Amino acid sequence: MTKNIPDNDFELRSLDATCFNESELVHPYWYNLKYLIVGIVFGIVFVKAEIISWFRIQEMFRLQSFHMYGVIGSAVVVGAISVFLIKKFKIKTIYGEAIHFEEKTFNVGQIYGGLLFGLGWAITGACPGPLFAQIGTGISVTIVTLISAIAGTWVYGWVRNKIPH
Amino acid sequence: MIEWLKQPWPWYVAGPLIGLTVPALLLIGNKKFGISSSLRHICAACFPSGIHYFKYDWKKETWNLFFVGGIFFGGLIAAQLLANPQPIQVNPNLVTELKGYGITDYSQLIPTEIFNWSSLLQMKGWLLMVLGGFLVGFGTRYAGGCTSGHSITGLSNLQWPSLVATICFMAGGFIMANLILPLILR
Repeated sequence: MTKNIPDNDFELRSLDATCFNESELVHPYWYNLKYLIVGIVFGIVFVKAEIISWFRIQEMFRLQSFHMYGVIGSAVVVGAISVFLIKKFKIKTIYGEAIHFEEKTFNVGQIYGGLLFGLGWAITGACPGPLFAQIGTGISVTIVTLISAIAGTWVYGWVRNKIPH
Repeated sequence: MIEWLKQPWPWYVAGPLIGLTVPALLLIGNKKFGISSSLRHICAACFPSGIHYFKYDWKKETWNLFFVGGIFFGGLIAAQLLANPQPIQVNPNLVTELKGYGITDYSQLIPTEIFNWSSLLQMKGWLLMVLGGFLVGFGTRYAGGCTSGHSITGLSNLQWPSLVATICFMAGGFIMANLILPLILR
């Protein structure tokens, strides 16, 4: 029960004592408003490019449209060029902090979890980001899907020590 | 200008804008672009229940909750101010297939015939929303990221575990959309 699985969470870095890559600066809460603004722009793109549409996701998984492949592919290209430039020129944050990138380790969770998420993505037509955007557009029933996703996250945390990693 | 913005945006506009989210979050605060971890923070903040996985300082990750809050407001703004009055245009083959399941309404981003409050009481709606949502929440944390954290941030940083995860996302999606979903919708 106390088996210690390294926390390999791709999106979360300030865990336990291993928070060496996290921003060390402490800011008042309203500094977070800039992330709200980035989120708003991002949410508008989600809706306007129909990325949060169940129909577009169905097209993607039936190879009936290039649209989603174009979106994800060009996002990765732009992201990769940006990361390359940040590394190459050692660009710092607006607060003058160095930007670090950590290497990711593999575990089988990326396979099993990836497959499970893929199944869910094709049923709901939404990954986690689009859930928030769909609710914003007024599709109230997506709240149920979001609550269920939170429940799924919780159950993962609960059974984490008992499933293969 | 507004008329132009109201049209559906092509992939070569949307994709690069999404890609720019990666350096934007890095430059304004050394944050890694990833969305599904917000679900973990919500658990950690609201229902930690003594589970080790939810014992961390979620307040340090508040930025992520502001970010997803922004996505919510972005959806709101896009729907209120920039909505496209035309029904969504999809591949005719998909239209034919979905018609067989009784899905003909393309006015919303999701098919409202099967995604609505009353269908939750039926097996089909329950599977689509409750089971589907559960798989999204469970699978993303098991994989350690979702489309944003793995497929965009991870691949941008040339991480091969993220490539494995992305291939599995796609494989799961292909299996569901082509083999299982037709059985659910029938």
